[in-house]
Amino acid sequence: MGTVQELDKPKLRVRDLDFYYGSFQALKKVSLDVAENQVTAFIGPSGCGKSTLLRTFNRMFELYPEQRATGEVVMDGENLLTSKRDVSLIRAKIGMVFQKATPFPMSIYDNIAFGVRLFERLPKGQMEERVEWALQKAALWEEVKDKLSQSGASLSGGQQQRLCIARGVAVKPQVLLLDEPCSALDPISTAKIEELIEELKNEYTVVIVTHNMQQAARISDYTAYMYLGDLVEFGETDQIFLKPKEQATEDYITGRFG
Amino acid sequence: MNAKLDASNRVYRFRRRVNAVMMALSAAALAFGLFWLAWIIATLLWEGAAALRPSLFTQPTPPPGGDGGLSNAILGSVLMAGVGTLIGTPVGILAGTYLAEYGRRGWLAPVTRFVNDVLLSAPSIVIGLFIYAVWVAQVGHFSGWAGALALSVIVIPVVVRTTDDMLRLVPNSLREAAVALGCPTWKMITLVSYRAARAGILTGVLLAVARISGETAPLLFTALNNQFTSTDMNAPMANLPVVIFQFAMSPYEDWQRLAWGGAALITLLVLAINIAARMLFSKKH
Repeated sequence: MGTVQELDKPKLRVRDLDFYYGSFQALKKVSLDVAENQVTAFIGPSGCGKSTLLRTFNRMFELYPEQRATGEVVMDGENLLTSKRDVSLIRAKIGMVFQKATPFPMSIYDNIAFGVRLFERLPKGQMEERVEWALQKAALWEEVKDKLSQSGASLSGGQQQRLCIARGVAVKPQVLLLDEPCSALDPISTAKIEELIEELKNEYTVVIVTHNMQQAARISDYTAYMYLGDLVEFGETDQIFLKPKEQATEDYITGRFG
Repeated sequence: MNAKLDASNRVYRFRRRVNAVMMALSAAALAFGLFWLAWIIATLLWEGAAALRPSLFTQPTPPPGGDGGLSNAILGSVLMAGVGTLIGTPVGILAGTYLAEYGRRGWLAPVTRFVNDVLLSAPSIVIGLFIYAVWVAQVGHFSGWAGALALSVIVIPVVVRTTDDMLRLVPNSLREAAVALGCPTWKMITLVSYRAARAGILTGVLLAVARISGETAPLLFTALNNQFTSTDMNAPMANLPVVIFQFAMSPYEDWQRLAWGGAALITLLVLAINIAARMLFSKKH
């Protein structure tokens, strides 16, 4: 692996990131830049550390006592891993959508308003506008506008995932982390979410973990290929998919890898 | 050579026979359990029917040969079970919340969980004697408060256990989703975890109420009994289990009849609470 490909204005700068599950090292000295208002995709076989990398950006791993990370994840000049600020404030700026849709056990409306209420006190009218705005963004508004008081769990799988995206968008974070958001969805829902990601990057920095290489090629501007905890290659998506520098990357994207 | 895949296949026929035998044994075990339950309820209703009159609820316990009901005992039971539940529920829910939500690190939670399980299976007479020793013997008289406290000590481990279990059933992905929005832990617990586990926790509380409404031993050493209608929690207090115990042991036929009535009343109440808990739980799952 060569030197870090530095970007002009990275939103996140990752340097020498090591990650451990107990004594197992899942990330080995990972360094890369995440470009602002662009889509960065992490690809690689299962267990390569791509989700783990994503979960260091908002310190999600801290929920579990046996997991730890060392190194740097710098946003706006601050190393997030060693920041003394309340981690809630960091997470409010860096939203996350998970592989499995996780609607809260409350109404569709409250699912969206939940995150907004954590940091903002909005009058009813403005909150309604915000909920509608977020649902519009997630391409869900038309389907749910007449049943906002119904339980979030009553929606279909694809709708639930779009609800979770709307929930993440509603708090207006700067970065949106998507951890295999389409892996359980049908092609139509997947297409809707890909369109949405395309649109989101105007306002947000998007990082997506995906198993689907076509998806990475379609929607991302930068791609990182990881294998067994190492960042094998990182660069502009076109370059990675058309002229990979590493043989390992080429083997993986051409399907010659198990 | 391929196996013959029809009804003459020997592996298949053996499996069918094992299945039939196990089904028969399971059904027999079920019938055995239900038989006693049905017998108990039938006997209680048969014997207690004569006592299940309006006067059971309106008149206090009579002297031998007199006319009366169980109103003072019902009132005392409701008061003490109510206060016991009011003390035990918050303590139990908070402790269960600690175990499930905060106790991921260190040794405190596993040890507490173990001790709680011991308390859960402690004989209730031990709890009654304990409250007798530390309270009743110190102040020198039986009281409704002591009875309520003994009942709360029975409620606590039940509620701790169900709260812990139900919160641990809440998927971690839901917690992650909440904190990913910048939600502090306490809000995640109160707004998301509790909501997801609500039906289960309520069911636990109801089962605890059902459990204490029939407990005799803890009240025998703490609230004892009272022949008169009393709402003074500082004085000895009548209650259904102890009255049933005393009346059933007596040689007087009218007292025995009241004891049957009281026993039927408690059993029906416990049955009703259990059915309510079950309906509450199944509606959510």
